[in-house]
Amino acid sequence: MRAFVSFSVLALIVVGLALSLSHIPFGNSTANTDRMHVAKYYLNNGVKDTGAPNLVTAVVLDYRALDTLGEVTVLFIASLGLGIFLSWPKKEGSEDDDKRGLPPASLIVRRGSQFLFPLILLFGGYIFLHGHLTPGGGFQGGSVIASAFLLMFLGNTGYRLRQKTLAVTESLAGITFVIIGLIGLGVGGYFLNNFLPKGSVFALFSAGVIPILYAAIGLKVGAELAGIVANMFGSGSEG
Amino acid sequence: MIYIAILTVAMLIAGVGAYFFRDLIAAVVACAAVSLIASVLFYLLQAPDVAMAEAAIGAGLTTAIFVIAIRKTGRYEK
Repeated sequence: MRAFVSFSVLALIVVGLALSLSHIPFGNSTANTDRMHVAKYYLNNGVKDTGAPNLVTAVVLDYRALDTLGEVTVLFIASLGLGIFLSWPKKEGSEDDDKRGLPPASLIVRRGSQFLFPLILLFGGYIFLHGHLTPGGGFQGGSVIASAFLLMFLGNTGYRLRQKTLAVTESLAGITFVIIGLIGLGVGGYFLNNFLPKGSVFALFSAGVIPILYAAIGLKVGAELAGIVANMFGSGSEG
Repeated sequence: MIYIAILTVAMLIAGVGAYFFRDLIAAVVACAAVSLIASVLFYLLQAPDVAMAEAAIGAGLTTAIFVIAIRKTGRYEK
């Protein structure tokens, strides 16, 4: 009986949602109410307004930059919560698992991971520095950087990461983001105003503050995700 | 188009597998397969930004974090 009631409620919700969605003319420009108005504005004027040929970046870091600040903050809080949760004192006798230790990986794995580590870091940096030109950006580049640290943790037993370095990187990147926003507020009248010259489209140093903001986001996301990985491995050294 | 259909079916199979596996490591690997195929699908649907994020976070970091968590708790679902 209960299953039947919940199933019928679910079916009712699904049918209602489908019926109401079918009345919204997504992508239909001839309809009386044009729901794609904002998207069309971005497509037509995005490059001219922001100087960034990658329109996803134009939206994420120019039109909707404040939301991006919120996203970065959410990730920071998640990382902080995990750090607090995993740093609780352990119960007596429950830490055998960490103390047991693994045999060191073979020479090929160790040297291979150490060889790939700087290359992956370089690739991550490339992704976030070219965020305004090619697909990708701070979040993608940051997660690639964190995956480089993950490779080091997997390939080298006893690999350690200084939590203080991570914390300093993360804080500096976050402060840079907010300071650039405040300078924009002072210069142009609204928070995160793109106050630097746009430059020529498709050049590396173009699109004003967007490359700086993406570098800050990339470092911040990379430091946060690497911190999460280090916390999970339980080998983040204090201090 | 046929690639998208094949990938979608593979993704569904991996997703159902992730639900039914008793071995949690196998379930996590199935989840990683779902993420990987989702990343390929995002690329085929011309969303390379999302594809990169999905590949790095969904297939890479999340899988590793789950595997570490399973290693510190228990491998088999009771």
